[in-house]
Amino acid sequence: MTDKPRISEEVLLKVDSISLSFGGVRALSDVSFDIRKGEIRAIIGPNGAGKSSMLNCINGFYHPQEGRITYKGRERQRMLPYEAARQSIARTFQNIALFKGMSTLDNIMTGRLLKMRRGLFWQALRVGPAAREEIEHRAKVEEIIEFLQIQAVRKMPVGRLPYGLQKRVELGRALAAEPDLLLLDEPMAGMNVEEKEDMCRFILDVNEQFGTTIALIEHDMGVVMDLSDRVVVLEYGRKIADGTPDEVRADQRVIDAYLGVQRVE
Amino acid sequence: MFYRENGQFKTSYAADQAIFPILLDRIAIMAILLVAFLVVPLVATQYVYTGILIPFLILALATIGLNLLTGYCGQVSLGTGAFMAVGAYAAYNLVLRLPGMNLLVAFALAGGISALVGVLFGLPSLRIKGFYLAVATLAAQFFIDWVFIRIKWFTNYATNATAPELLLFGLPLDSAMRRYLVTLAIVVVMALIAKNLVRGATGRAWMAVRDMDIAAEIIGIRLLRTKLIAFAVSSFYCGVAGALWGFMHLGAWEPLTFDVNRSFQVLFMVIIGGVGSILGSFLGAAFIFAVPILINQVPAALGVPISTALSSHLEAMIFGAMIIFFLIVEPHGFARLWQLGKEKLRLWPLPH
Amino acid sequence: MAFFFEVVLGGLLAGVLYSLVALGFVLIFKASGVFNFAQGAMVLFAALTLVRLTEWLPFWAAFAVSCLVMIALAWVIERVVLRHLVNQEGIILFMATLGIAFFLEGFGQTIWGSDIYTLDLGIPKEPSFILESIFDGGLLVDKLDVFAAVVASALVLGLALFFQKTKVGLALRAVADDHQAAQSIGVPLDYIWLIVWSAAGIVALVAGMVWGAKLGVQFSIALVALKALPVLILGGFTSVPGAIIGGLLIGMGEKLSEVYFGPIVGGGIENWFAYMLVLVVLLFRPQGLFGDRVIERV
Repeated sequence: MTDKPRISEEVLLKVDSISLSFGGVRALSDVSFDIRKGEIRAIIGPNGAGKSSMLNCINGFYHPQEGRITYKGRERQRMLPYEAARQSIARTFQNIALFKGMSTLDNIMTGRLLKMRRGLFWQALRVGPAAREEIEHRAKVEEIIEFLQIQAVRKMPVGRLPYGLQKRVELGRALAAEPDLLLLDEPMAGMNVEEKEDMCRFILDVNEQFGTTIALIEHDMGVVMDLSDRVVVLEYGRKIADGTPDEVRADQRVIDAYLGVQRVE
Repeated sequence: MFYRENGQFKTSYAADQAIFPILLDRIAIMAILLVAFLVVPLVATQYVYTGILIPFLILALATIGLNLLTGYCGQVSLGTGAFMAVGAYAAYNLVLRLPGMNLLVAFALAGGISALVGVLFGLPSLRIKGFYLAVATLAAQFFIDWVFIRIKWFTNYATNATAPELLLFGLPLDSAMRRYLVTLAIVVVMALIAKNLVRGATGRAWMAVRDMDIAAEIIGIRLLRTKLIAFAVSSFYCGVAGALWGFMHLGAWEPLTFDVNRSFQVLFMVIIGGVGSILGSFLGAAFIFAVPILINQVPAALGVPISTALSSHLEAMIFGAMIIFFLIVEPHGFARLWQLGKEKLRLWPLPH
Repeated sequence: MAFFFEVVLGGLLAGVLYSLVALGFVLIFKASGVFNFAQGAMVLFAALTLVRLTEWLPFWAAFAVSCLVMIALAWVIERVVLRHLVNQEGIILFMATLGIAFFLEGFGQTIWGSDIYTLDLGIPKEPSFILESIFDGGLLVDKLDVFAAVVASALVLGLALFFQKTKVGLALRAVADDHQAAQSIGVPLDYIWLIVWSAAGIVALVAGMVWGAKLGVQFSIALVALKALPVLILGGFTSVPGAIIGGLLIGMGEKLSEVYFGPIVGGGIENWFAYMLVLVVLLFRPQGLFGDRVIERV
């Protein structure tokens, strides 16, 4: 899994000396790394290491006080969520953030909102181009539903789905946007072994079939080592290691952070 | 047994996405429309038109308007009455000051003006949510109340503004039946449009904002824009409802008819009918509209007439109790009960 | 100049009454996160109960019985409504209290009647002059308003002591911080809610008593709640001092605007002035003047 020829050397996203704090609390200090086009990049670290904050900076939900983010060759200090979405960054959340009152189908359809062009007037009449547009997007969404094997719950409100399926629907919503960069925040948290295996398969398939670049946060070290091409390790908001799974696994500071060196909480 | 979707296989996405995918639903809607347009005019009396059907239809339209904003986009408004007032007075002044304007055009423009005012008072929704926003919309209610009472220009300096003679495409709307039919046609068309909006991209964006605004933002929905569109469309509906209230129902303009109690009334129609349901808007409007009539007439018919004070207190108690009941037991109101009933019917007589 | 101060003072004293109503809102919001739209209806219900009971009982007994009635009401509300809506979104609870408000208005007037009743607290209604040494001729104030201010201060002091010094108060503050955490260490939520709603009921009784003495006990008292809403937003929903200062500010602003700005636009602006003021505040400080800032997380 380590030598995937399709990973280019081209850098899709680069974060440069990012620092983020809330009031007096420092969430990230001086973190730099890059994500290459086509790779699966894992971000790992103990609880409170700043992993989710990092993703939030990348897609513009948080604004770092210092540092720069370069995405597709354009440098900026702050992203806006809307801008990030328009530039094909999609994500899932640690605590599922689906639209609970809507069906599976509608949830995934929302992922295509940015691709729908017809205005309010045509939607109101829903004839001609607007009706055709709905059907085109529906067809795309059905492909995703099939890919994720959730046909049976297509019309069910997502609030009533079991946890594992909700996670899948959320992945579906992100995929519907046909993202160039997919951010996954603990896609396998709280799943049993079987569900985890399914999810791993989906992630690899997305990466291989669609060539989507993926950055993921995960706690299960086995999963991380199997899936990812490169790993960046955060601890207390600082980067402590960066490299291939094998390099990271051998790094003494990572071993300390995960296993040894008692700290008084 | 009779109501079923078994065997109705959809072979295209178009069929699956049709407005009424189930055959029997289509038949039922056609039947209701036939009765409303053809049978009612044959049998209804003056009282049925002016006392029941016309106000019910107009309030249902306002309820759809509020439901778009509250039920679909999740923004609670207590300013419905105010937006109706804007539409009512706008239509009055358009017809008064621009003689010869087509009545339908005047209604549409009145809705547009109401939409602009709605957007203005929707601006705070960027910063504030939930009941904070509800209170902010009360600001619209009280301010607009005051404007139409104090600024005499809007009522053309008359103490009682009354409707001029109404003409629609040269046809005088001088009978209750004609006014009913015009109202019905407008309400039906606008209800269909609302249904189309909520099952399309705009409706999905609204519901996304309602269910989880942070996630909506991150998938690329611009929150303020989406909310303001909801305010605009909702106020457009309320504005047209207000214009109809003035021209088709009262035939006169008085600010009191659009006060905060009207706002509460329409909100109750939304809650009891079904938050986030167009059909529910009609059911809720029918219920809230029917209760006072029943309270006044049933005891009298039974030979125990009750005082007007008591009947209005009973009304308040029933509404209050119904709202609590629905919020606890069935937050999606009558619309959901209706749906459950249909699901039962599908399995009848052999439930699993 | 004396006239200006008279207006300010009149506004502040009227503001005390708004503060009283707002206080009831804050108590409930702090402990249960419920925006209790029914506070106004509770004021009306309490005032009606009190005034009708004084026809039969001496005042102190009527007051005591009214307190018990308000506690019973709190118990019923907790049992019938709140218990079934625990962990629902705030907006659902808000709409439920709208239902409570309507029910209570109808119910109160059905059993107690809907005429205007006068409530005599034995305080002469005639105005009096104060601070004659500073201002020429002194400032004109209403004795009843001064009485209201004294009662309100006593009530606030009592509540503050209750919250700070008693065990129940400590539990209340724990619940206000985090419902689930408080429950998990064994604070009984239903009991806490009963206490807070009872306290809010008694605050409503006091507010109803003062308003009733001033204006007569009648339906329009319920509308006082609408006046208190901007106070809350200005002060922030979670702050007792905020409710008090907010009430005073709104009372003063309302009177000043009515006297100095009202005539220019034709009067009647007291119905919306507070609301528009608050709308402007909200645009700049969405959490109100004294509220806590919320950091959003995903």
